[in-house]
Amino acid sequence: MASRTSSKAAARKPAKKPAAKPVKKKDAGMDLSSKAELQAYRDMLLIRRFEEKAGQMYGMGLIGGFCHLYIGQEAVVVGMQMAIEEGDQVITGYRDHGHMLACGMDPKGVMAELTGREGGYSRGKGGSMHMFSRNKNFYGGHGIVGAQVPIGTGLAFANRYRGNDRVCLAYFGDGAANQGQVYESFNMAELWSLPVVYVIENNQYAMGTSVARASAQTNLSKRGASFNIPGEQVDGMDVRAVRAAGEKAVQSCRAGNGPYILEMMTYRYRGHSMSDPAKYRAKEEVARMRQEHDPIEQVRTRLLTGKHVTEDELKEIDKEIKAIVNDAAEFAQLSPEPDPSELWTDVLAGA
Amino acid sequence: MSIEILMPALSPTMEEGTLAKWLVKEGDEVKSGDVIAEIETDKATMEVEAADEGTVEKIVVPEGTENVKVNAVIALLAGDDDLPAKKKPEQNADVAAEPVTKKDEKKQEKPAAPKAQIVEVAADPDLPEGTEFVKQTVREALRDAMAEEMRRDENVFVMGEEVAQYEGAYKVTQGLLAEFGDRRVVDTPITEHGFAGLGVGAAFAGLRPIVEFMTFNFAMQAIDQIINSAAKTRYMSGGQMSSPIVFRGPNGPASRVGAQHSHDYASWYAHIPGLIVIAPYSAADAKGLLKAAIRDPNPVIFLENEVLYGKTFDVPKFDDFVLPIGKARVMKEGKDVTLVSHSHGIVYCLEAMARLQEEGLDVELIDLRTIRPLDIDTIIASVKKTNRLVTVEETWPVCGIGAEIAARVQADAFDFLDAPILRVTQKDVPMPYAANLEKLALPSADDVVEAVKAVCYR
Repeated sequence: MASRTSSKAAARKPAKKPAAKPVKKKDAGMDLSSKAELQAYRDMLLIRRFEEKAGQMYGMGLIGGFCHLYIGQEAVVVGMQMAIEEGDQVITGYRDHGHMLACGMDPKGVMAELTGREGGYSRGKGGSMHMFSRNKNFYGGHGIVGAQVPIGTGLAFANRYRGNDRVCLAYFGDGAANQGQVYESFNMAELWSLPVVYVIENNQYAMGTSVARASAQTNLSKRGASFNIPGEQVDGMDVRAVRAAGEKAVQSCRAGNGPYILEMMTYRYRGHSMSDPAKYRAKEEVARMRQEHDPIEQVRTRLLTGKHVTEDELKEIDKEIKAIVNDAAEFAQLSPEPDPSELWTDVLAGA
Repeated sequence: MSIEILMPALSPTMEEGTLAKWLVKEGDEVKSGDVIAEIETDKATMEVEAADEGTVEKIVVPEGTENVKVNAVIALLAGDDDLPAKKKPEQNADVAAEPVTKKDEKKQEKPAAPKAQIVEVAADPDLPEGTEFVKQTVREALRDAMAEEMRRDENVFVMGEEVAQYEGAYKVTQGLLAEFGDRRVVDTPITEHGFAGLGVGAAFAGLRPIVEFMTFNFAMQAIDQIINSAAKTRYMSGGQMSSPIVFRGPNGPASRVGAQHSHDYASWYAHIPGLIVIAPYSAADAKGLLKAAIRDPNPVIFLENEVLYGKTFDVPKFDDFVLPIGKARVMKEGKDVTLVSHSHGIVYCLEAMARLQEEGLDVELIDLRTIRPLDIDTIIASVKKTNRLVTVEETWPVCGIGAEIAARVQADAFDFLDAPILRVTQKDVPMPYAANLEKLALPSADDVVEAVKAVCYR
């Protein structure tokens, strides 16, 4: 949960079984062009560097409250974003910085919201967990675990009501997958053939509780079975696999076949939030995921071994990304705090 | 000896109905379980089954008779001669009838109980002179408000349990499916949390959902979506994202439905910045304010009252009758004491005021109509005139609407008060089922009379 501390969980022994089981690769038809790979590399790297900077700024006391970093999971949002079109909607929970950047929201506005400044997307009134962008069709940023699932289903309902062919991506985690409202949503979505892809980001831990300790059925892609919703497990560390599965699911939704479930097998390198020491898992488990499955390194290696790009060219991209993130950090510190009069605005809309 | 067949009660709040049709005639043999008549209530036409065997001896109330009181004798049945002579009530198989003894007692104790006197209330002074009125029930007024807004705006749709094919558990959405089709009148599964959240999402996307809760008791399943998603998102998004959504349905005690179906939630929702809370009494206010609620860009909690659904009022005959949200109505002016209430609480006040008038007390009655934002100015102006205040509501006293009003009035009009502010509320216990205990738990006109006299030191 976004607001729970982990002292109890932290005191327990590390979970015995490391989790991530990347699904067998379906190589055929999955490959990306070198141009697309390069774009994916850039997009994922932006998220990683942004999150590293956010972690640093949190440590300096510039970011308050809760801050849930997306490091390790970058391939999921970047791959899914490659599968959708302009006008499709995105909604997620509280680990949302990556989604916003993938949707094309300005890193400055996101970082300034983290610092609670006037230049933030919510003018400093939302914070890390509550940001939105109508322009980029990003509908939040929701702090209550699972609440975004019926809301995303409602965005899909609006698409069907209007008779357009827009699709909504409703992201949630393995923890939220146990909330009752998720199944209420599955039922209505299938009943009414709503165009929504439920993207379960299974990063193996709901805060400190491993999937095996919380879920009777650990294959979350099967959670729609009794509603007749098709589901697939996807290697969420491989941006190619994510994009391929995403395209299939999105096309199915767009064709009017109703909802689709994609369980992204992924992993977060950092704790649940900045205040989580992550003692529920072995350091070796994290290290192995980083070494063997890192989503950015995978792309980098492919680009270099395929000689699509030189080390120097990649360094150039790294430099550009670093500059974007540094600008965002600077903006987020220079942007003033909201005017005290802002306390009373935006409670109700004027009729 | 004949067996009396009595007019059955077909719902918890039914008091009378129309005997639409007899399916038997005098001299017919009937067996228990045979359908003998059809009765129309304001909600539906229901069949009445025989509960005894015998011959129809006399039809006392002919078909087509309106306003037949519950428990009136509608026919006589010549029973089996072998059985000892006794009176038996007729009852619908699906509805639990009250036991014989109790009915008999009731008849003996209250022979034709006179209808309580209430004070007359003038038409809303804000309406232009010469306004024409139609007689409408609150139920019809709410239906018309939705239908008019759905005709006006393609983005308005209604969803909830039994709203479409069944036409509403309380028949408020009657006729909407036929006019607007199942795209805009959507039957949902029993899944309050889910469809409330779905409605919020649809509102984020720019639609204007009307979400009906079969009763607000069930909205507790959905309260996270109402508060965390609908009410707070506008603020949390810095004004970017709003939820133009109406959550509506019956709220508060009905009759004999026990603790889990009798809860008045006005103060729960009134607590939340980002919500608008409306709780009308009359059909005109129900119509004008529901239309305003549907047009409002904010999430609105629209609290109706089951007991009032069937009550008839004058409704202005306008093409487009919309009332302002956040404005209380002075229903009757007076100089001695101010009564503030809303929704079904007004019923107690009107009855109490008739009695107080006889005792020479001139009471000013304010119907809040909107609970949030509270029209504190109207209350303060009245208290400055009368110097005494009693609040009346059907929820519990602790942290209720009366508590809030008392706090605001003592802060803003302390020097004008000649007596402590008193609250008339439901007693601070869960609603009991037993008829006598339920009566004790609910506020009453007696309670109002007593409180008004107390603040007047009489």
